[in-house]
Amino acid sequence: MNTHLRFWLGAAALGLLLVAALRLLGNDYAYFAGYFVLQYVVLASAWNILGGYAGYVNFGAAGFMAAGAYSAIVLRQALGLDLIPGIIFAALVAGLLGLGTGYLTLRLKGVYFSIATLCLSVVLQTLVVNWDYVGGSRGAYIIRPREIAPFVSYGEYLFIVMLVLAIGAAGIGRTVEMSRLGRGLQAIRDNERAAEAVGVPTLRLKLIATTLCGALMGVAGAPLPYYSGYLNPEAAFSLAYAVNAIAMPLIGGAGTWAGPVIGAVLLASLQQAATVTISSALNLWIVGWMLVIFVALFPKGILGWFRRKA
Amino acid sequence: MSTEVLLHARGVGKKFGGFVALAEVDIQLRPGERLGLIGPNGSGKSTFVNCISGDFAQHEGEVTLGGHQLGGLKPHRRARLGLARTFQLPQPFNSLSVLENVRVPLLFAGHAAEATERAMACLEQVEMAGKAHKLPKELTQVEQRRLELARAIALDPRLLIADEAMAGLSNAEVDQIIELLFKLNQAGTAVIMIEHIMRAVTAFSERLVVFVAGRKIADGLPREVLALPEVEGAYLGKQ
Repeated sequence: MNTHLRFWLGAAALGLLLVAALRLLGNDYAYFAGYFVLQYVVLASAWNILGGYAGYVNFGAAGFMAAGAYSAIVLRQALGLDLIPGIIFAALVAGLLGLGTGYLTLRLKGVYFSIATLCLSVVLQTLVVNWDYVGGSRGAYIIRPREIAPFVSYGEYLFIVMLVLAIGAAGIGRTVEMSRLGRGLQAIRDNERAAEAVGVPTLRLKLIATTLCGALMGVAGAPLPYYSGYLNPEAAFSLAYAVNAIAMPLIGGAGTWAGPVIGAVLLASLQQAATVTISSALNLWIVGWMLVIFVALFPKGILGWFRRKA
Repeated sequence: MSTEVLLHARGVGKKFGGFVALAEVDIQLRPGERLGLIGPNGSGKSTFVNCISGDFAQHEGEVTLGGHQLGGLKPHRRARLGLARTFQLPQPFNSLSVLENVRVPLLFAGHAAEATERAMACLEQVEMAGKAHKLPKELTQVEQRRLELARAIALDPRLLIADEAMAGLSNAEVDQIIELLFKLNQAGTAVIMIEHIMRAVTAFSERLVVFVAGRKIADGLPREVLALPEVEGAYLGKQ
């Protein structure tokens, strides 16, 4: 059996097990917490495509995620369409945003590129705050149904949608890693000038990466208004998304498809545990400390540490 | 000897602000020719290479390779037209194995299906097949130079620009690299060797070009060029 098929079958089996386990548990909070963790699997996998493989650090994850969330709101306001079309539309909008951002900023290198992506997030937030159609600074409400057949609750439905998206994002990351695109991006990360000199079309690959990265971040954000029932710019453009999107792949092991998944599951679970046991204000404090510890002691993340041991 | 022109640089010049790094350089190279390019530090050799390879996209004059205008083409497009180069300091892809380093150009040159076999063949040519699964940081200086050459060979180049490919090597290692360059040349690749090691340049080159202060001051057979008083004065420091 080829490795791709094995991955998809394994992921599907794991997903089914997870759904069955949560259904047995029968607790709505478990779906809520599961969704929280899985949304970060998507976000971290998306960040990893550009930041992990190509070495271009994107500080604007919150901007792309919010672009996805507000795309879903716009589609609902304009056409009354629900979550799944909203996710597709969000992928399209955020993907185009990624392409445009890449085209304008990818001639910048290192920290200059990172600052440009951070600025993008600020510009988008200013736009949304002043755009009444999507609620402006007041925010927008989405009245979601209590349940949707054949799922036991809307929470389960959202969880399963996010589970499918998370498996898809990890699978896309894995496919990129094993493909010509992934090798090209790794060459760019190691030495862009040498990559160009041996025939790697660096700008084209980086544009593909920014588009893919933007689209996946948008996908991670699209269900957000349905998840909370209300979305305002402050929540959508939260610093937590930008920080977590970077911290999770770095802690798990950037530049590998499994690293962001491990980092997201570990860090998001810790944050959820801290939220319910201590305080939600501790979230970024935990992320900050973990990031410092990992950068100092395990710069290649958990996966890198295990590989070195092996 | 072929009269066909592989590389034709006409009036190539480059300024950095008010500083003229290169001015009105004309060079022609035939297919399979071995050209040595020498000159003191700051004479414009690397600037010329960067104009040819596309690192400096904006420059005066025009360059053609095999009849194709190179002006405005990015380095990767020039690489696909058969232009390969090595760097003064080896620039491997450090997170990739030696084999993967050589596979990268093949993946983007339409040889994805047989990239591994071809990469191994390139490594065998530079006697590095035994190090295929090492990381570049585990290689010695001369092995890193060999890796650069293997990566260049993978492009199946019509022209290789070896920019100080022997810097920092011992005499025996210099001989090994010269031997590799001869092998590559015998397979039909034209080579421009930019080098400060005169023993290597004179042993390898069938023609010599000398740059001083951004201008070409001599072009001809090595022994004739080296005997010119202006070359002796400018390059070798004699009166």
